[in-house]
Amino acid sequence: MAQKLRPAHPLETRVLLQGFDEPSSWTIDVYEKKLGGYAGARKAVAMAPDAIITEVKNSGLRGLGGAGFPAGMKWSFIPKNSGKPVYLVCNADEGEPGTFKDRQIMEHMPHRLVDGMISAASAIGSETGYIYVRCELRLAIERLEKAIEEAYAKGYLGKNIFGSGRNFDLTVHPGAGSYICGEETALIESLEGDRGQPRLKPPFPAVSGAFGCPTVVNNVATLANVPGILLNGAEWFLKLGQNTPRSAGTFVYSVSGDVKNPGFYELPLGTNLNVLLNEVCGGPLPGRKFKACYPGGSSSPLLTADEFDVKMDFDSLAAKGTMLGSGAVIVLDDRRSIPEVCMRTARFYAHESCGQCVPCREGTKWTYLMIKRLVKGEGTQADIDKALQACANMAGKTICVLSDACAMPVTSMIKKFRAEFEALARPASEVTPAVPKVSGQLAELMAAVRERQTR
Amino acid sequence: MAYEFSPETEKKFQWLLTRYPKKDAVLIPILHKVQSEIGWLSPESMEYVAGRLGLSPARVREVASFYTFFRLDRKGKYVLQVCQTMSCYLRGSDEIVAKLQQLLGIQAGETSADGLFSIEKVECLASCSTAPVMQVNDWDFHEELDLERVEKIVALLKQGRGGHACYEKRVADGGVA
Ligand SMILES: Cc1cc2nc3c(=O)[nH]c(=O)nc-3n(C[C@H](O)[C@H](O)[C@H](O)COP(=O)(O)O)c2cc1C
Ligand code: FES
Repeated sequence: MAQKLRPAHPLETRVLLQGFDEPSSWTIDVYEKKLGGYAGARKAVAMAPDAIITEVKNSGLRGLGGAGFPAGMKWSFIPKNSGKPVYLVCNADEGEPGTFKDRQIMEHMPHRLVDGMISAASAIGSETGYIYVRCELRLAIERLEKAIEEAYAKGYLGKNIFGSGRNFDLTVHPGAGSYICGEETALIESLEGDRGQPRLKPPFPAVSGAFGCPTVVNNVATLANVPGILLNGAEWFLKLGQNTPRSAGTFVYSVSGDVKNPGFYELPLGTNLNVLLNEVCGGPLPGRKFKACYPGGSSSPLLTADEFDVKMDFDSLAAKGTMLGSGAVIVLDDRRSIPEVCMRTARFYAHESCGQCVPCREGTKWTYLMIKRLVKGEGTQADIDKALQACANMAGKTICVLSDACAMPVTSMIKKFRAEFEALARPASEVTPAVPKVSGQLAELMAAVRERQTR
Repeated sequence: MAYEFSPETEKKFQWLLTRYPKKDAVLIPILHKVQSEIGWLSPESMEYVAGRLGLSPARVREVASFYTFFRLDRKGKYVLQVCQTMSCYLRGSDEIVAKLQQLLGIQAGETSADGLFSIEKVECLASCSTAPVMQVNDWDFHEELDLERVEKIVALLKQGRGGHACYEKRVADGGVA
């Protein structure tokens, strides 16, 4: 079921979500006739590729999948005339806890994504595109497949699109339940029919991505922004945000947790977090006070309530030691125990580690176990430091940044709310020390070794 | 039990082969189709898919077992997937799971003896602002759940209503709690 629609908040500027509340907004008729859709793609197929890239570069459009890499620059890395096909892959794996912006676009505005993909494909000279969607998002998949079918019927996809002489084929590719497949190289492995284990970079996808060919991977919202930029110009996009290339356009913030009106809100990039939470989202639940929040998905370091006076953009949040990430604000109020929240966060990453790098596979698990011991009243002061140590030992030491995604929030929680963790610690004499649990052959082997040592 | 593609799955398979430059890429989409057809990935079905794609059965199992969505064991007719991730936890997903366990007499991860229900705890379903959420059979989405609605949903499913592959149909059948 699609999420309930609500009218735009007065502070919202709906660009990506323009036409969202139109009945049947997901059909080609409404998108094209009522909302002026596909004008961007029509324009793009007639433009020189470099002109598209320049316009997008000038607009300041940054990747909205989490890292904020400038989209136009990423496209410019695609080698010209490599003799190989170029692939355009849309990252619609949306798995970062707290994030639901892409799903909204796909369910309500699937054509805007197709429109954007045609435009991006024209820029990079791609004739084949894939939308890698989380398989759990059934309605999104159904609407995208229907949208693609409609676009083929109109000649907007397939051979000689819009009569331009260009070709572009587009296919929806379902994921299969794995957070790590949102990482672009894992996504490519998965698209190719393998286990979703990230690849070492370099080579970067722009040189050797899907099927060994130059590939651009972009997030849903990044691509859906392109038609607007081509139609209205870079200047227009810059002004939607803070009028700087580092902070341009609007941003769809996903807000959830302990807040009065959770939801998705399209606001100028760089809207103050206090404004977002207190004015747009109606403040805390009745009788409650804000305690902290993750500003950019569960991978982002926590901000305490007295740090909420911050602009929600890439640079301002980085300056505060956290990140915008996917723009998913998860709010915690004064009822919440930070160690409990921390344990849940660590558990997620321990579960989702793909297991190929030892520091991540073991580090995420140890972090989770240490915090769990504390929460269960079986942990000591030393366990707090062991968790911190495990975090320090995995962050930055692995193929992808999943280990960092676990280490960053956990470390921030322990640093900012250490007293809460310490309150749970018990004297070492009262608890059994943590030892790795082993079973089967390894346990037998260890028992044998121990026996030999005591003999 | 021997397995081969139904005519519909065969059609999808042939179409998929035209969409990718390499055959291997068809593997995950076709496993989805097989699972939606027979409810899980039986060893025979994986072996059959391997044969059709010219892959070793071990390779197919290796891939299938990596992804949590693929079911290598038979599950209940209705698989109740409750999101347990942060935003849902904050809005009471633990109580939802406890309620289901109490109503069905099974633990999360188990299947009821009559083969009707399985409870699964899953990670964020990208519906965090309408937490807590539960998905029935990978499709039927229930948002802003409370314990009363959980009871109603289970009661409807026990009568064989709800759990359809389409929300509109569910409304038409009165399967909406
Ligand atoms: C563990 C992990 C998970 C990720 N998950 C997603 C995701 O669900 N969706 C997404 O768009 N990007 C995700 N990313 C970021 C992608 O690797 C990549 O940077 C992004 O798709 C590029 O698109 P953009 O430049 O348009 O943002 C993830 C990265 C990591 C390390
Ligand atoms: S946390 Fe449950 S849907 Fe996102």
